[in-house]
Amino acid sequence: MTGLHTDTDTEIESVESFVARAETWLADNLPRRPRVEAGLRGFGSDEEELASVAQARHLQRTLFDGGFAGICFPREYGGQGLALAYQLAFNQACAPYEMPRIINVPTFVPCAAVLLEFGTEAQKQQHIPAILKGEELWMQFLSEPSGGSDVAGALTTAVRDGDEWVINGSKVWTTGAWWSDYGLCLLRTNWEVPKHQGLSVFIIKIDQPDIEVQRIEMINGSREFCQEYMTDLRLSDDRRVGEVDDGWTIGRRWMFHERNAMGGGSPFVSGPAPGHAPPNDGEDSLVALARETGQLSDPRARDLIGEALTLQRAGIELSKRIGAGMATGAIPETAASIARLMGAVVGERVISIRLELAGSAAAAWDADDPAAGVGMSYLMRQANSIGGGTTEMARNNISERVLGMPRERTLDKDVAFREVPKGPPAGSS
Amino acid sequence: MEVTLSDDQEFFRDTTRRFLATECPLTEVRALASSATGFDRDYWRQGAELGWTSLLVPEELGGGSISGSGVVDLTVVADAFGRHVAPGPLLPGNVVAAAVARAGTDEQRRELLEAIVGGATVVAWCGAEYAIGVARPDAPTSAPAGADVVISGSSAPVESAGQADHLLVTTQGPDGLAQYLVPTSTAGVTTTALDGLDLVRRFARVDFDAVVVPASARVGTAATTGADVERQLQVALVMQAAEMVGAAERTFDFTVEWAFDRYSFGRPLASYQELKHRFADMKTWLEASHALAAALAREVQADDPGAAETASVTKAYLGEYLAELMQDCVQIHGGIGLTSDHDIHLFLRRVVADRSLFGTPADHRQRIAVIRAGSAA
Repeated sequence: MTGLHTDTDTEIESVESFVARAETWLADNLPRRPRVEAGLRGFGSDEEELASVAQARHLQRTLFDGGFAGICFPREYGGQGLALAYQLAFNQACAPYEMPRIINVPTFVPCAAVLLEFGTEAQKQQHIPAILKGEELWMQFLSEPSGGSDVAGALTTAVRDGDEWVINGSKVWTTGAWWSDYGLCLLRTNWEVPKHQGLSVFIIKIDQPDIEVQRIEMINGSREFCQEYMTDLRLSDDRRVGEVDDGWTIGRRWMFHERNAMGGGSPFVSGPAPGHAPPNDGEDSLVALARETGQLSDPRARDLIGEALTLQRAGIELSKRIGAGMATGAIPETAASIARLMGAVVGERVISIRLELAGSAAAAWDADDPAAGVGMSYLMRQANSIGGGTTEMARNNISERVLGMPRERTLDKDVAFREVPKGPPAGSS
Repeated sequence: MEVTLSDDQEFFRDTTRRFLATECPLTEVRALASSATGFDRDYWRQGAELGWTSLLVPEELGGGSISGSGVVDLTVVADAFGRHVAPGPLLPGNVVAAAVARAGTDEQRRELLEAIVGGATVVAWCGAEYAIGVARPDAPTSAPAGADVVISGSSAPVESAGQADHLLVTTQGPDGLAQYLVPTSTAGVTTTALDGLDLVRRFARVDFDAVVVPASARVGTAATTGADVERQLQVALVMQAAEMVGAAERTFDFTVEWAFDRYSFGRPLASYQELKHRFADMKTWLEASHALAAALAREVQADDPGAAETASVTKAYLGEYLAELMQDCVQIHGGIGLTSDHDIHLFLRRVVADRSLFGTPADHRQRIAVIRAGSAA
């Protein structure tokens, strides 16, 4: 595969040459990848998490200084302006190294991706280079307590007041809002029209007095997710991205980028996709688990290992196909949901296979047990089927947007948002 | 649980549930999560007074059932334990009490039964791995040493071993399986606490370093041990089954409620066909699980020769389907179902722990085939 020529003055180096250069640079500049990866980014203490975030910023800065940040981002905003093939090749090359993976989602995707598509020139110049340098970490202010999947049903409201907007409401599931710099926020600017027609997108600086950020504790102890409460928060109109009440145009692309990243096909993320990276020691972790629990010669364990590896490989090849196909237009962009669904379904099955291999150690274990983390990972099994868009929504998208099947009748499409039922009628529960 | 209970059993069920709801609501379960033992001794004694550890012990030995069918009565308690994610060594207490009542010497019965039935002593079962055929190379062994017996090896995970005064230890002896009662204070016995999924169940690894016990510590004889161990496994599985169903049913019920209350895109989750179909599937699995658990209880109560296969069928089915039911309930709750604050994980932990102990579904599917084929492992 060779790169596309995007610069007419100089010859763009081939992918092979780029990768060779990258491999040398990586070996000289980045530390090797640690063996234990946090699941759902469940860190230990806050100090450890902040240290990880600082490390990620540092790694990103190092990548930027080395010319390997924003490989597919436009050069005018600090990127390398190269084609997807280069990023995919880099993803392979960097697999043995520690990469700032927490920056991928959502800072690069969907936030930077959305900003690139819809931001003003001033906004892009202010934020994209800073993002690529690791100076700005972004989060999505999208989901609300009243609805995760129904993104367009946002209740958090922005009311215009001269050159400013006054915001009231709450957002939830913002990863790392407590250590992030900016939020890309979907707000309601009109209650009197159908829900999709009354939304707008804003950039919100998180560290300010009228936003209260609360931590949410997950089953595995992770407290990286947050809920934000905005009370009479004032935003200047230059923080608005796109037209007033036209936020859903952005919202659709926003969802697409999120799905695309989950499925492994985005040109804006860097590093091996979660779950696809080979472990450092060269032996697959499932094989290691079976070996260390004395089951490697057991036909049942072999069958399960074979099944897991088959599914994982199918998922990897599918992501590559969808990513490459979307890049050339051979596969519609809506197919991102296919990769997303596959990632979730495979992930669930592999976790269940680990549970089976772990036997009783899944219920109780000591710290040295090869199966020590398996039980907890099973408790969190649905995390990848819910976060980033549920598998239910992915199935809707595939059947309706890829296959063109008719949508089910909805009761809120042409109704003023104010009139849409949002809960059981009073006194009926 | 049985579709129809007797009046006495219904009363027993209601009393048990009310006691648990009052004495150990979910807030208390969460608070106990950080305690060393996972349960309060007074609470356990009160539970014992209600009959929690007497149901498998004949009246003449100091026990007593509610309905005359102690095993079925016990499933009422186990179901309530699932429903309330209750703490306390219900399973090991009953397994060991039943074993000592059935196969123990007069002296062993005198020494232990009253204390277990009264809730004063905690007991644990080591070496259950032999019962399911998953014993590791270092599983406990026993060998004669003069007039005594020496026990060596390890067993893990053992519920309540860290809180137990006495251990029932299944070992591989020179002539087959042999079981011994070993006080945890015996020299050479070490218990090491393990981390666990369940918030209030505590597990440990028990190491036996050339532990010497008198030959009189043996429970049962060479002729009875095989059947004794199988019986213990069946008691464990019948309790697990009832508990898993209790926990799953409570979870299913509040998930159905959630589906009515939670609106998305202008209508409740309960109005979506795709979700309705999943709920229908889950309801089917739940009823099948009830049916199997009840069938198992009847067969274990009657000491039916078919109980071994029924036990494995029940564990294989419930372990597979109720675990999936629980995960589907998490999924339907969306992100909130993965939070600490939401109660669903309390039930999920209990079901998953039960699923993984005393044999996984795959272990039991093997056992079914072996039993059917008529061969010994």
